[in-house]
Order: sequence, then C-alpha cells, then structure tokens
Amino acid sequence: MSEVESAIDADLIGWRARLADNDLFHAFIHSPTAIVSTIVTLLICLGALFAPWVAPHDPFDLASVDLMDSLLPPPWMDGGSFSFLLGTDDQGRDVFSAILYGSRISILVGFLSVIFAAAIGVVVGLVAGYAGGLVDAILMRIADVQLSFPAILIALLIDGVLRGILPRGDYDQIAVYVLVLSIGLSFWVQYARTVRSSVMIERTKEYVQASQVIGLPTRTILFRHIMPNVLGPVLVIATIQLALAIITEATLSFLGVGVPPTSPSLGTLIRVGNDYLFSGEWWITIFPGLALVILVLAINLLGDWLRDALNPRLR
Amino acid sequence: MLLFVLKRLAQSVLVMLVVALIAFALFRYVGDPVDSMVGQDTTLEQRADLRERLGLNDSFLVQYARFIGRAATGDFGQSYRLRQPVDELLAERFPATFELSLVSAVMALLIGVPMGVYTALNRRGLLSRGFMTLSLIGISLPTFLIGILLILVFGVVLRWLPTFGRGDVVQVGWWTSGLMTRSGLSSLIMPAITLAIFQMTLIVRLIRAEMLEVLRADYVKFARARGLKPRTINFSIALKNTLVPVMTIIGLQIGSIIAFAIITESVFQWPGMGLLFIQAIENVDIPVMAAYLMLIAFIFVVINLVVDVLYFVVDPRLRVQGR
Repeated sequence: MSEVESAIDADLIGWRARLADNDLFHAFIHSPTAIVSTIVTLLICLGALFAPWVAPHDPFDLASVDLMDSLLPPPWMDGGSFSFLLGTDDQGRDVFSAILYGSRISILVGFLSVIFAAAIGVVVGLVAGYAGGLVDAILMRIADVQLSFPAILIALLIDGVLRGILPRGDYDQIAVYVLVLSIGLSFWVQYARTVRSSVMIERTKEYVQASQVIGLPTRTILFRHIMPNVLGPVLVIATIQLALAIITEATLSFLGVGVPPTSPSLGTLIRVGNDYLFSGEWWITIFPGLALVILVLAINLLGDWLRDALNPRLR
Repeated sequence: MLLFVLKRLAQSVLVMLVVALIAFALFRYVGDPVDSMVGQDTTLEQRADLRERLGLNDSFLVQYARFIGRAATGDFGQSYRLRQPVDELLAERFPATFELSLVSAVMALLIGVPMGVYTALNRRGLLSRGFMTLSLIGISLPTFLIGILLILVFGVVLRWLPTFGRGDVVQVGWWTSGLMTRSGLSSLIMPAITLAIFQMTLIVRLIRAEMLEVLRADYVKFARARGLKPRTINFSIALKNTLVPVMTIIGLQIGSIIAFAIITESVFQWPGMGLLFIQAIENVDIPVMAAYLMLIAFIFVVINLVVDVLYFVVDPRLRVQGR
C-alpha cells in the first residue's frame, strides 16, 4: 500500500516539478496581464455558466417581471433601486441578470463555433498537407479564395442564405446552431493553413516513415501520430478566434440576423437597447456593450500573451 | 510579367464563376422565383407561362450561362421587396458607400501609419505602450459599439452631430455627393470615424510588426555600421521595405471596409449598399442579395489583381524571379 502511495506522491511531485519547470507556467505567473485577463475571463464564464443561481432576477420568468419596474435607471441615479444593480429595460427586466444570461449564449456560440472551425480546419489541413498534389492544390485554392473575403462577411452571407432556406417559424429555435455553422464555416481557413504547413514538415520525419513502413492505415497515421504534433499553434489561433467569434456573433445579432430576442445574447441585448438610446435610457444598451468589450478584451489579451509566450523569437 | 498577370486573370475569372454559381443557386433554388414575382391570385397557367418565359424549365447549365450573361451586363432582375431593377438600386446607393469608405480609409492611413512607425521606433516608450493598449482596445471594441458610443456622446448627450442619414446631398450627374454640404459633412463624421477605427488599429499593429522585423534585418544593421543617419535608415530603408506586406493588407482591407461598412451603415442608417443588403437579408430579397454578392466578389478580385501587379512594381526581387 505504502509503495503505491509513495508512487502517487512521487508522481505528484514530478507533476508539480514539471509544472514549475514549464516555460509557459513560468511566463504565466510572471505576467500580470495574463493573470488578470485569465481571472476576468474565468469570472465572466463562471457568472454565465451559473447564471440561474448568480443572477438576482430571472429576466425570462414572466411571473417575476413587473412592468411597473420598467426603464428604471441604475441605483446611483435618481429613481434607481438597489434591487436592480444596472437598471431595468422597457419590460422591467433586470439588465444585470439579462447580461449574465446573455453572455451565456454569447460564450456558448463563441466556443461552439471555434471548436467547429478548428475541427474543419485541422482535418482539411491534415489531409491537404499529407496528401499533397491535386488534393492539396484544390483545398488550398478554396482556402485562398475564402481568405480574401472577411470572415464576418462570409458569416453574414451564410447566415442570410440559411435564413432564406429555413422556414420562419422554426428559425428562432435553431438560430444558435445556424450562427455556429456560419461562424465556423467562415473561420476554418487559418487552422487549415497552419496545420497544413506543420504537417508538410512532419510528413518527412522518421516516425511517420516508420508508421508508413509497418503499414498503419493512413487514418491512424494522420490522427494518432501526426495530429498531436501539430496542435500547438491551433491553441493560439483558437484563443484569438474565440474573441473574434464572440464579436461576430454579437455583430450578427446586433444586425438582427443572429439570436432572436426571446433568448437574447449580448448582441441582441445591445440591439434591443439601442432603440432606447435616444430617449436617454442609455444603460439598457451600454452595460451589455461594456460586458461584451470586457470579455473580448480579456480573451484578446490572453491570446496575445499566449502567442508571445509560445514564440521564442520574441523573447 | 505578362504570363503572371494572365495566370492571375484566369484565376480571378474562375473565382467569379464560382461566386456566380453560388449567387445563381441562391436565386434559383431559395424559394420559388415565380412565387416571389406574382401575386396570390395568379392562375396556374399564368405561372407556367411565366416559368416558361423566364426560362426556368431549361437545363441547369443553360440557366447558369444565361445568369452569367445577364450579370455581366449588370442585369439582376427586380428586387422582390422594392419592385425596382436591382442594378438601379445599387447604382443609387453606391456613392453613399463609396464616400464613406474613402473618407474612412484616408483617415485610417493618415493616423495609423505614423502611429505604427512611432511605436516601432520607440518600442519601450510610454507613448508607444499607450498606443498599443489603445489599438488593442480598438480591436476588442466591435464596430457597432463604437458607433453606438459615438451616437450616445456626440448625438444624444452633446447634440453636436446628426445621428442618422446622410444629410443634404448634391447631385452631380448620376452621382450624389454629401461632401459638398455642411449637413452632409457633419453627418459623415461619426460613420467615418466608426469605420476608420477598426482599420487604424490593424494598420498600426501591422506597420509596427513589419518595421520591427525589418529593423532586425542584416541590411539595416549594415546601414547602421556604415554610419548612415538614423533618419535615413528608418525612413528610406526600413519603412520602404515594410511597404510590400502592408500594401497587401491594405488592399485586402478594402474588403473589410466593405464588410464593416454594412455594420456602420446599419448603425447610422446610412443609405448605402450595406444597408440595402441587410434589409435584403431580413426580407429574403434574393435578387438584391445575389447582385450584392457578385458585386463584392468583383471588387475583391479586381483589388487582388491590382495588388499582385503592384508587387512587381515595388519589389525588384519578384521581377528577377519572374524571368
């Protein structure tokens, strides 16, 4: 028994030592920017994840929403009340709670579309880099063409086309998935290009030749052997694109082609609140906007830091 | 050189054909074009007749070829929503978008390039760090939020500037210009700034990164060793060599300007092509969507071609390889 315990202990110590030795970890604890942005990102994510428990009100429970409370300013202004920390909107919903629920959808769409884009991009990059020749040429040509259009425009176009195809009534329920699909399809190119160039280097290495010689199926070589070696840069791209994906979602929702107002994301909240800007109720739109900016800024800072920390040329 | 340009030209035509295919598929298969054109009380015979007259019974390839032929002459049919020819609609909206984009691009270049150079030369300076932080905030601020904030501050609180529309315009031939009237200019300020900030942050970061890269190059070190003046090194040698990649990005930027113009126009209700497109999406107005798609693809292809050719002019190394 003690042998096992000491083995676990040794393992733990080994793990800790390795972590302390790790360049990335070292760089992390010495960078205030990285620590602060991680904390902020985590706070917002946790707030969003546990929105039903953290939020002081349920903005979508019709029984608890009172029209008498509509358009109340934040507590530090005349007529504000402390039960609504950031004021209320036109239907008496608590803006702070709406932000918590809204960031839930924003972050969900962001994560899902980045995962979706990365999945497509990594597979395309692996195949193109490993196959070479005509397959590579065709895939990269498509990537080039798509890259010459801004991602947000492509997302807008795909979203618009899908809106045309799908029936109106059902659309609200699947809006989130349509968004994930459009954003994912417009963001895959960068992964594909990066992975492809790494694969072209890995392809000539001995371990790949060895697995070819012993007759492993191509699928195994690609996904079990090459893929783990080319995923490093994917993480950096994914972090930076997470911020972009969240902005894209917010923008599409703001333009009215994203998440419907029945279960609003941050972008939808801003769109809805924008109508009240001119009558002086600025908090309905500005606070969701602020939440969006803080979230995106924190993720961007983290991504910037990660890119610099992983790039030895900049040290 | 000629071969290179021809090759690029062939590629561009291919891209246009693919985009045309998408636009055509949209037009033909999203909803029924006949349903969108006629009223409720049209009889089945009339529908069949219209179907035959529009050539919707022909084979896919024939219809596709006809679509391209029409598109080449600018004929995209009628808008379902506005019941006007699409090409007229776009021509009517084009000057608004063009003026907005041009003013914002000039603004972004005039401010962005000096800022980028400065931050590269004084890497550790306080002001440089300030600029970099600002540019990071600029990237994190979505375009539509910049617009909303400007509207709140200068439109609602201070009441200095108009918050929507284009103001008074002057008709010059078929072109309408807002650059010549007071209300036109004051309406332009906020949308132009909104559209410029995104480009500016990118230009600053790009120029800075390229400058830093070039300043490390051997020929710059050699120039220093020769004892050339820092000003000569920085501007005649370093800045000049950053121009090639910067040119590509600025060329491609024009694409993002089009994309972000859609957002800006939507925030400020600016009567340009972007607003037309957003309204087309909301109403599933396919002819307008298809035409806009083709127009954007065309602009992109032309810009890419021009940038590629400019490479040859700017970078002598490419000319040697090309031979």
